[in-house]
Amino acid sequence: MTDGPTPDAVATAAPQGAERFLEVRGLKKYFPVKGGVLNRTIAHVQAVDDISFDVAKGETLGIVGESGCGKSTTARLLMRLIEPDSGTVHFDGRVIGASNGIPVREMRRQMQMVFQDSYSSLNARLPVEATVAFGPIVHGVSRPEARERARRLLYDVGLDASRFMKRYPHELSGGQRQRVNVARALALQPRVLILDEAVSALDKSVEAQVLNLLLDLKKEYDLTYVFISHDLNVVQYVSDRVLVMYLGQVVEIGPVDEIYANPRHPYTRALLSSRPSMDPERRITEPPLSGDPPNPINPPSGCRFHTRCAFANEVCARVTPVLSTFGDDARHEVACHMMSPGSGHPDAPARA
Amino acid sequence: MEAAESTQTLATGDGDLVRVSDLRVRFVTKETTVYAVNGVDFSLAPGEVLGILGESGSGKTVTLRALIRLLPEDRAQVSGRVLVGDNDMLRLPKGDLQSVRGRTIAMIFQEPMTALDPVYTVGYQIAETIVRHESCSWREAEARALDLFEQVQVPSPKQRLKSYPHELSGGLRQRAMIALALSCRPGVLLADEPTTALDATVQIQILLLLRELQKEMGVIFVTHDMGVAGEIADRLAIMYAGRLVETGPVTQVMREPLHPYTKGLLSSTVHGSMRGQRLQTIEGSPPNLEELPDACSFAPRCPHVREACREAVPEPVQAAPERMARCILVNPA
Repeated sequence: MTDGPTPDAVATAAPQGAERFLEVRGLKKYFPVKGGVLNRTIAHVQAVDDISFDVAKGETLGIVGESGCGKSTTARLLMRLIEPDSGTVHFDGRVIGASNGIPVREMRRQMQMVFQDSYSSLNARLPVEATVAFGPIVHGVSRPEARERARRLLYDVGLDASRFMKRYPHELSGGQRQRVNVARALALQPRVLILDEAVSALDKSVEAQVLNLLLDLKKEYDLTYVFISHDLNVVQYVSDRVLVMYLGQVVEIGPVDEIYANPRHPYTRALLSSRPSMDPERRITEPPLSGDPPNPINPPSGCRFHTRCAFANEVCARVTPVLSTFGDDARHEVACHMMSPGSGHPDAPARA
Repeated sequence: MEAAESTQTLATGDGDLVRVSDLRVRFVTKETTVYAVNGVDFSLAPGEVLGILGESGSGKTVTLRALIRLLPEDRAQVSGRVLVGDNDMLRLPKGDLQSVRGRTIAMIFQEPMTALDPVYTVGYQIAETIVRHESCSWREAEARALDLFEQVQVPSPKQRLKSYPHELSGGLRQRAMIALALSCRPGVLLADEPTTALDATVQIQILLLLRELQKEMGVIFVTHDMGVAGEIADRLAIMYAGRLVETGPVTQVMREPLHPYTKGLLSSTVHGSMRGQRLQTIEGSPPNLEELPDACSFAPRCPHVREACREAVPEPVQAAPERMARCILVNPA
């Protein structure tokens, strides 16, 4: 599971020997589904089912997947906006929320989040300057200093503070509001930002502006990003490493160039070839996958992708594949029987 | 009306299915007036897919709704001329609208969950439409509904017809809505971002389905996504601040855009192999449409702006036989 340094690491991979900033181990969250006359729990949505990954200091980890794959739940679990059923998250070496670890409040000072909906994530009754200053005040910064910091941050995210600081969220455009959200997230001088579909609701021309801003800020403030999006092109653009989720589980993780040039999991391949070609002369002629993702309430047995997979074999319905490396690249891991020697899948490589 | 066995042949006189001239829409309330569409002209040929591409607030959805008269009549002031076949849509008596909608022109929406009726099964909704328009028996209508579900590639269609909208996945709901829209074999299909709410792997399935079904229809496809437009459109119309700023065959527009806005849109759309490069953005944000722009609406954001751009609305320039751009910097053919 470790993301150990490899001698021939490519330039886009996580910085070599970098500290592991976030270590996620066995994270799990099932949401109960209530029903019947007694409103008893009749089933569980297996939103996030035993996922593990690391985020190195200074890198951007992209998380992609379709709706219902658990990527937003993962973000909320990292921030402790919801409690995990099991599993641990180490932040900078300390377990979040444990008695001998890092308290949630302290973790949240160092790790902040930007949400998709720029309007509902701002307080509609506060001018944006007060919104940005609010966090620092709560965490004990004096009011004049917090306001000064807010103005500086608004300037840093490209908003002329003298024009914008007294405005309310409804007086701003979507792109401006998302800039305020970024400023608010940075107000506590965090070290990690979790961006949950942070540019997805923006128009393309504005999306590009905010992406440029995020990359600039990352350098300027020495940040680490967890960038969640359904947009594969955007994830490719910003990420150093990419994690692909399907129905609550990690199916593949690796350096961005590896994942995009050399996807190993059939789902990753299908996802990537579903992207519009951007060339009307070379349109897609066959859909890479048929059907919708199954319901996460009763996910398929074994490999959860086997119901849509063109290579599915009897073993895929029976045995859950384990995320593991293959070949000599320790940084690229995939959960597929075809990649796992001796798994029983006819296309699997021979046992070494 | 008799039941037609094939797609109706529509024509506006010179072979076009749809002709829109000088369409204008403004929304008037006590406080303010919003100039949503400000003089739009286009036509649609049989078997053609016209993609209208624009950002939020550009007026693309309003244009589409005006075509089928779905705008609230008390607040929306619509002027200009919209011909669908030989129907003058804006002047059609209300009583005739219902028979034109569905049979001549139909529409699919972004969110099938809100477009479908939640208290009836999808099969009932389709059969009801067929019975209403073609006065056939329920038995015939139900058989047609089954055909339609097979046509839109719904797996186990018989059982799915008995489902309520909430029992279907997003992709199946969108297929059901397409089946509903096609139930009376319209000549023109209006599609308002029908794949925007879908996942990537489902989006491409629906686009391919529409491309297959479209061969005998005219389609106007509204989207904000250049990639989606590139997969489905034959011709592109780029909309900005209620005007078409550029039109042309899709390959030409995407490869050699003429209008600075189209260029900006293309260079700010993130796609593969852009890693490490800074994105070329369009500065600023789209204009407020509470004032009717009497100059080039893109001038405040345009890197090539001249004095003349701020003085009058640029006239359409015919740059090539099939290409138009509203920009004074574009040379006529």
